[in-house]
Amino acid sequence: MKQFNYTITDPEGIHARPAGELVKAAKEFESKITLEKDGKSGDCKKIFTIMALAVKNGNEVTITCEGPDEDAAAAKMQEFMKEKM
Amino acid sequence: MNKYNGKSVFKGIAIGKISVYKKGEQLVKRTRIEDTQAEIKRYKDAVSEATRQLQDLYDKALKEVGEANAAIFEIHQMMLEDDGYEESVVNIIESQNMNAEYAVATTGDNFSQMFAAMDDEYMRGRAADVKDISERLITILSGKSQSGVSADEPVIVVALDLAPSETVQMDKEKVLSFVTVEGSLNSHTAILARTMSIPSLIGTNMPLDDTVDGKLGIVDGENGCIYVDPDEETIKIMTKKKEEDDNKKLLLQKLKGKENVTLDGQKVKLYANIGNIKDLALVLQNDASGIGLFRSEFIYLDKDDYPTEEEQFTIYKTVVETMAGKQVIIRTLDIGADKQCDYFNMDKEANPALGYRAIRICLTRPEVFKTQLRALFRASAFGNLAIMYPMITSTWEVEEIKRIEQEVKDELTKENIPFGNPQSGIMIETPAAVIISRALAKMVDFFSIGTNDLTQYTLAIDRQNPKLDKFYDAHHPAILEMIRMVVENAHKEGIWAGICGELGADTELTRDFLAMGVDELSVSPGSVLPIRKIIVETDVKEYIKNSGAK
Repeated sequence: MKQFNYTITDPEGIHARPAGELVKAAKEFESKITLEKDGKSGDCKKIFTIMALAVKNGNEVTITCEGPDEDAAAAKMQEFMKEKM
Repeated sequence: MNKYNGKSVFKGIAIGKISVYKKGEQLVKRTRIEDTQAEIKRYKDAVSEATRQLQDLYDKALKEVGEANAAIFEIHQMMLEDDGYEESVVNIIESQNMNAEYAVATTGDNFSQMFAAMDDEYMRGRAADVKDISERLITILSGKSQSGVSADEPVIVVALDLAPSETVQMDKEKVLSFVTVEGSLNSHTAILARTMSIPSLIGTNMPLDDTVDGKLGIVDGENGCIYVDPDEETIKIMTKKKEEDDNKKLLLQKLKGKENVTLDGQKVKLYANIGNIKDLALVLQNDASGIGLFRSEFIYLDKDDYPTEEEQFTIYKTVVETMAGKQVIIRTLDIGADKQCDYFNMDKEANPALGYRAIRICLTRPEVFKTQLRALFRASAFGNLAIMYPMITSTWEVEEIKRIEQEVKDELTKENIPFGNPQSGIMIETPAAVIISRALAKMVDFFSIGTNDLTQYTLAIDRQNPKLDKFYDAHHPAILEMIRMVVENAHKEGIWAGICGELGADTELTRDFLAMGVDELSVSPGSVLPIRKIIVETDVKEYIKNSGAK
């Protein structure tokens, strides 16, 4: 299991478009990828779940990757968050 | 005649029959089914069909209105693929033995209620997206074709509100204008109408019944109103206004997409000046090949405190991304003189035009300057960004700027934050900079001549003072000679030189600028196409021969 924390810097938070991009990135991997905010967590491969977490600018989120390609998934997610969120 | 006011989304005039658009009222029948597996298959087939439709819409929108606006249909596809949505539909079919239409309608309602209940205005808006995809599925399941405008002649579409998919899939040939009762200036429909250049109104308080449907209407995008059943006089006035509009548009259409190249093959960059992110739509509409002057002041002037690096970064990133690879030249903070910001706490000056302003503030308050530079360098990783420094008079100022640029780059590298490799140039707007332009040209990537200040400083004339009009000559030979000299010196050192002041848009001088070899003209968005007209009709060599210009 790979885990990292990230604080959202995008002023709009994870709104529809970034949520869509996040889902697209997560779907490249076999591993289960979850995003956790304030104790609530959601599957990164489901756009409604991610949007429902209403992640805002300044929120700290925890990303967990678990599965056969968890290393690659964690690296990619980390890169993605830094670049887009 | 009735007149209703709304908020104009796009200027222009539309005259035609009004067609009231009603959503294909989805009356969903609730029926019991036996073969749940077959019903689930029907649902899955409908999802495939909807995904295909959305892909078509995406492709169509991509061509017509660009990637940023098309993205919504990609998101709709993802919503359809969402496991949670599918699980809910399948669950209703299986556990309640209900038909797929009903299962989709119920799921759609539940999901859209979830969004509608969120305490985030943006997310509440997404409830409409959920409804949109659910309605699409139901339409497919019930074997109906998407409702749309089925008129033989082009019409003014009047509706309560329009989903983005509804706007895009309407046949553009049949739509003269969109008028909606609801909707905000930032709604997808408003953005789409703007990008499609269709005169449109939103927030229009009007009825949607027989008093309107099928009647003659005139949409006046200039004044933000619609006339229903207009009288003779109004028809006459508006028809004339529309003709003038059409002629102008026709000219522009002919010039859109054309390269800025003279008859004898001299290429010029024709860019636009903007002072706000809202002007981006105008830049694209008028087909400018880049942004030659983005006045970053508005970010500071709109605020009560210094804008943060993140705020600035987001704005610059949006601009370069929207311009998609076209050059965007952002001028660093140029306040002082007539542009004042309270929180900068600047002292009163006897002679502000010659005082503490622009780069002089930046170089004495490096913390303010560096915040902006960090944001600019970071945004440069997302597109073709160039940085331009105003009010340069001496070479040491440029050296100092380069030193601070290097500091910023070192910091970003250390913090592992990506940045690009922006061009960096200066404004030539003081006589001193003109005289030493050869030396300055060795230090930077480009020049942009700011003719407003250059004229004021060269002629020693305050343009705000009407008594001096007699002495003011925008075409003064001293100014033209200075421009020639700056361009020549730039070329000697292998860099390019442009003009971003008002003189750049002066059509009487365009040919002279071409003859001087000016590489770039940056003008207000509305001036781009009129200037392009002159460029494509000019033979520079011929002009030089005939006019005796150098």
